[in-house]
Amino acid sequence: MNANKEFSNIIIEPGRIEKNYWTDLWRYRELFYVLTWRDIKVRYKQTAIGVAWAVIRPLLTMMIFSVVFGKLAKLPSVGNAPYPIMVFAALLPWQFFSTSLTECSNSLTGNTNLISKIYFPRIIIPTSAIITSFIDFFISFAILVVIMLYYHYVPSWQIVFLPFFTILVFFTSFGIGIWLTALNVKYRDFRYIIPFIVQLGLYVSPVGFNSNIIPQKWMLIYSINPMVGIIDGFRWCIIRDNTEYYFISLWISIIVTLLFTLIGIRYFRRAEKAFADYI
Amino acid sequence: MSDTVIKVDNLGKSYIIGHEKRERYTALRDVISNTLKNSFLKTKHLLKGGQLIAGDNLEEFWALKEINFEVKKGDRVGIIGRNGAGKSTLLKVLSRITEPTTGRIQITGRVASLLEVGTGFHPELTGKENIYLNGAILGMKRWEIKEKYDEIVDFSGLEKFIDTPVKRYSSGMYVRLAFAVAAHLEPEILIVDEVLAVGDAEFQNKCLGKMGEVSKSGRTVLFVSHNMQAIQALCTEAILIENGSIKLHGKTLDIINEYLTLGSDYKLEQNWELNNMPGNEHIKVKSIKIISKNIDSTIIDVSTPIDIIIDFINLVFNQKINLSLVLKNTKGDPIFNDSSPGKTLNKGLHRVIVHIPGNFLNDDVYTIDNYFVKDASTVLYKQREPVFFKVLDIPRENTAWYGKWIGAVRPKFNWEYYEI
Repeated sequence: MNANKEFSNIIIEPGRIEKNYWTDLWRYRELFYVLTWRDIKVRYKQTAIGVAWAVIRPLLTMMIFSVVFGKLAKLPSVGNAPYPIMVFAALLPWQFFSTSLTECSNSLTGNTNLISKIYFPRIIIPTSAIITSFIDFFISFAILVVIMLYYHYVPSWQIVFLPFFTILVFFTSFGIGIWLTALNVKYRDFRYIIPFIVQLGLYVSPVGFNSNIIPQKWMLIYSINPMVGIIDGFRWCIIRDNTEYYFISLWISIIVTLLFTLIGIRYFRRAEKAFADYI
Repeated sequence: MSDTVIKVDNLGKSYIIGHEKRERYTALRDVISNTLKNSFLKTKHLLKGGQLIAGDNLEEFWALKEINFEVKKGDRVGIIGRNGAGKSTLLKVLSRITEPTTGRIQITGRVASLLEVGTGFHPELTGKENIYLNGAILGMKRWEIKEKYDEIVDFSGLEKFIDTPVKRYSSGMYVRLAFAVAAHLEPEILIVDEVLAVGDAEFQNKCLGKMGEVSKSGRTVLFVSHNMQAIQALCTEAILIENGSIKLHGKTLDIINEYLTLGSDYKLEQNWELNNMPGNEHIKVKSIKIISKNIDSTIIDVSTPIDIIIDFINLVFNQKINLSLVLKNTKGDPIFNDSSPGKTLNKGLHRVIVHIPGNFLNDDVYTIDNYFVKDASTVLYKQREPVFFKVLDIPRENTAWYGKWIGAVRPKFNWEYYEI
């Protein structure tokens, strides 16, 4: 019973959870694994069409955006790429970001019975929600490959940087996500604020359009939104002859991500001690 | 090292409560509108890293204070106390769901809690998947569950349905599966909170059996319950908690007796002065009393006959009055309604006594409504729940059932056996 040793001596005192935070997280890796597995399993089981949903949603969004922005508004694409590819390259990070935020912020309130009855580092729950959304991300990525095959489109060599941007968007979602999650437990108003942020974000981020239509003088303000740097980054990786990447926005994204990840973890840790009293 | 497995030193847990707080959660708009009030105290509290609280009057409330005790290996400790005394908070702190404010606890050995039936079960997942999920939630390792998987399935008797989502299970199947997982936990310290109150009779019995088994194998049990029968049967010692502190710690029977005589689960008597007697121009009630006919007249148990004595003043000459009494249990279900024969009364003070036999009421808290009725038809005055009383359980013979006795009443009829 060696594996149980780590559970066998517990000291409980004020501030203890805070002190042993990361060791505790390691101790509870098993539960982390099981809860993530549960979330993934349930996500693709619950709805009648299961995995198909993860395919239909981005595909439909892409079609509508291509028609509205590309055909009707006649906005320019990037570097002669077909409009659907340009939209889909942006949908990839955006959809991950928005589902993460939504799933994450509801995750704690959806697991009330666990939180009020057993101990484990609470951060496991929102993190597992984000990982679950990550599966959708990979499904979308596979769709992108299919679309590119359809258009006989060869991506830029810069695609080797895609893993970097993937990690970046993961941490942006994580940082902002857990921060909002903790806030959502305390102030249930965030239940209404988060969908609003997500909806509004879609319009201020270059998902349906390309950043090159933004006037130069507004570029800096526009780039404060961390998703601008990330979405443009994804396009820079995937689309050929794309010389318009505004690198300042990338730096802003990196800084904002780091900042939010730190703030998010800090705030979450401070708040989580009292979740059981609150929820 | 001694064989102390749980050592609690000067444990305390305080909450800051806002008196205006009605919601279960805080809404930003409430917080904003309340910030101006009490902002100083709140800021101070916040700076100390506390939570934001809505409410007008902030008060520090100690749910637990100066708790000290030790539990030795193999002890079975019952924790008793009235609702809100702090039992559940103590268990929450012990199982680390919430942090203490002061003090220190040292626990040696693996702790597991026997939770409500199937905590964490997901309806969409199959029986098999839920075994793994529930096992992990209860603190088992994956290899442990794998090792015991066949045993668990065997024990539950659900081989045929193990790949069916549990949402299609009947509630009985659900409980069986949940219990099968819990029964295969092998903790050194088992914490049980009032499971006997939830779940069905079969589950209760199984839980008690499991607890007995666990303690026989030399492991430690902490058991919180209102069920004195179960505590008495299963625990070697008990802790009585009152208002967040330990009042007594000792042999189970002594503690239970102390707890039972404490009672404020009842108000056995009400007297009124002439100027504020309840009533109207026909009738005024002077007093109402419940008298125990037990040898120890402070106790009413299921075998105790009781008298209800009502003194009232009749204000109208030659009224034909009868009293009607409705006895209700905690849930508000009426147990019976009985009325006295009608009697034409003079003006002045009168007394009515009704005798309720022993071996009739079940263990519960009861209250009465009394009606003064004129000419057996018109209600002159109705008094709602002026007194209430608790009927205690008694040690049971010839039974292994420790849950609440079934039924609204609990008569003891004559049984006869014949060999024919």
